[in-house]
Amino acid sequence: MILENRKALNILRDQKHKEMALRLGEDFDPKDGGRMHILVCGVAGCHSAGSMGIYENLQKKIEENGLQSEIKLISTGCMGLCAQGPLMVTYPDEIMYTHVEPKDVEEIWNSHVMGGQPVERLFAAESDGTKIAHALKDHSFYSKQMKIALKNCGLIDPMDIEEYIGVEGYQALALCLNDMDPEDVIDTMKDAVLRGRGGAGFPLGIKWESAAREMAPVKYICCNADEGDPGAFMDRSILEGDPHSILEAMAIAGYACGAKQGYIYVRAEYPVAVERLGIAIKQAHEYGLLGKNEATALMASIEGKRGEPRPKPPRSTEKGLFDCPTVLNNVETFANVPQIILKGTDWFKGIGTEKSNGTKVFALGGKIENTGLVEVPMGTTLRDVVFEIGGGVPGHLAFKAAQTGGPSGGCITAEHLDTPLDFDSLTKLGTMMGSGGLIVMAEDSCMVDIAKFFLDFTVDESCGKCPPCRIGTKRMLDITKKITEGKGNMDDLDELEDLAQMIKTGALCGLGQSAPNPVVSTLQYFKDEYIAHVRDKKCPAGVCVSMLKYIIMAETCRKCGICAKNCPVGAISGDKNTPYVIDQDKCIKCGVCMSKCPFKSILKNA
Amino acid sequence: MTCEKCQKEQAALQEIILKHKGTPGALIPILHEAQNLYGYLPAEVLHEISKGLEMPEAEVYGVATFYSQFSLQKKGKYRINVCLGTACYVKGAQDVLDKFKLRLMIDVGECTDDGLFSLEACRCIGACGLAPVVTVNGEVYGRMTVDKVDEILDKYEALAASEKEAEEA
Repeated sequence: MILENRKALNILRDQKHKEMALRLGEDFDPKDGGRMHILVCGVAGCHSAGSMGIYENLQKKIEENGLQSEIKLISTGCMGLCAQGPLMVTYPDEIMYTHVEPKDVEEIWNSHVMGGQPVERLFAAESDGTKIAHALKDHSFYSKQMKIALKNCGLIDPMDIEEYIGVEGYQALALCLNDMDPEDVIDTMKDAVLRGRGGAGFPLGIKWESAAREMAPVKYICCNADEGDPGAFMDRSILEGDPHSILEAMAIAGYACGAKQGYIYVRAEYPVAVERLGIAIKQAHEYGLLGKNEATALMASIEGKRGEPRPKPPRSTEKGLFDCPTVLNNVETFANVPQIILKGTDWFKGIGTEKSNGTKVFALGGKIENTGLVEVPMGTTLRDVVFEIGGGVPGHLAFKAAQTGGPSGGCITAEHLDTPLDFDSLTKLGTMMGSGGLIVMAEDSCMVDIAKFFLDFTVDESCGKCPPCRIGTKRMLDITKKITEGKGNMDDLDELEDLAQMIKTGALCGLGQSAPNPVVSTLQYFKDEYIAHVRDKKCPAGVCVSMLKYIIMAETCRKCGICAKNCPVGAISGDKNTPYVIDQDKCIKCGVCMSKCPFKSILKNA
Repeated sequence: MTCEKCQKEQAALQEIILKHKGTPGALIPILHEAQNLYGYLPAEVLHEISKGLEMPEAEVYGVATFYSQFSLQKKGKYRINVCLGTACYVKGAQDVLDKFKLRLMIDVGECTDDGLFSLEACRCIGACGLAPVVTVNGEVYGRMTVDKVDEILDKYEALAASEKEAEEA
């Protein structure tokens, strides 16, 4: 079906909107879209945890009972609270179920869908165990959030363009094409000061303006979906949960900058995102919303070369892909564009802080109760994100630090928990916003080990073109390895600092220049931990295995022999009459004995 | 070696090369499809691609070794991938990886002698909510522990044994 003009788009929108009204908290007539919509999260963690089985069982129930016109079943994108997945939500009553298993469908169907009595035991739980029926409104994970980029994720069917159209999808593009000149679009984006959400925070409007200014027959719009920060998955979630918002934004960018072709670069680790983008592109084309030649290549390192940086200038807005002017924005940045066009710059500027407008999506991970995806106004404090929304550190452990900005960033310690999360405050603390990975570390995390981990990543990812990055980061990794193995000395700490400075000033691209940050930041805030490793040959957190010792407590050992049976290297000896002991020379410090001991008689000695 | 299967693969490879030849940036889609065809990228295949695209073999090799997605090593029947993204690492992914190495007696990037398992470590598959995460042939195992490693390997070993039995019968 080709939508001939804006009127046709609006007719379809109004019709779909009526069908979706019960999901949007509006008055509805069951004749339009049925009496109940059941949404099952079909991606990421929930998918991995078996949400397909829930969907299939519900589908069977609906078919068996011939209720297709009354009850609509939808597989959605990410709903956010991944830690409690698989998730499902029913509308219009907005009941959220967590940890759902396929076998729970029977009870949900009988009690709730047919009987009107929600199943309390599956409600979302707060960290203190309280069950919350209307979690999307009332659970502390959701109540402080504000969604712009993730607005449609978990609410619409990402494989159905009509659902996107029903929630004002492609209206921003229509508005641009009909009522705005390309200059107006660029002025709007400049006025909104939408800063890039991929890491550097460069204003999107300025990028678009410089690309628009170039006189070139061919220009490109590129979307960076090569989410590289390990621990961040917001781009994946947007692509899987709301792919059309990206296509719409790229088309708007094309109009504003005078580009006719778009590319989306997706990581091979995200096959579902690739598949869904493919479907979305096909549908947008069928509905006449995208031209035939737009956005054709997926999953390719586009020019077919090794991905290596080159010196700037020229910037990519002058000479980018295939040497043509190119606009490159990341997924989350693009996802904001249609909303800004539709709701206006005053609305957008009213959210966030003075120099960081709008919201930011964070991927909460590590030692945190509510692992998942959250979107909050810029300037929300780290404390609110970790303790209110994230539910704090599990297992009564103390919060130690949060790492933002991934391998390019640094850590924020407990003393800075009240830092507002925005571009400039984070930079001031020696870390950065980055793409929004937020990894929480507790007292049992070793900061030297974390620094080593990030260096390992950088060494892997370094393209090898410039020596400061190729050799320098490798040297830094060697030194941190030495320290975690208990072979470091105090001079190593100075050398780390020297190397960091050299790499920062000498590397060719952002990856290299920012690679030393995790070391610099942990050295700044946790120098005592480095010193403990170097001078006392101790890992205070008990992580670095070379400095660990597993010891069987002779007094409490019940001589059951389970530890010896499970030891993979035969390092434990003893018998019914003599307490078991570990031969420290043979021990590989795997910790199996400690986890198997039924009497907790084995201790880890840092 | 001119077995029927080899000839078919050879023809399919030529078709892949011809399909993309001439379009800008053809190399990477070709490498992708060739890897899907063979399971990995053997040296002879890289040679064929370089001939087909009239491109120096060094350049083909350079691109193929640049991206972690491409493998020049043969993969096992069951491809184990341990996520070492930050969220997984903080939650003990290294212990899980070490356990796989210990039990399979192979290092990352290697394949067991019987061709059953190969072991890889990757950077974030975006399922941080389930950390630590392991995938076997794309199937995701979340909230991994060292103990679960044995369970998973036992399961696939049993699966392979029963398949072999069925094949022989």
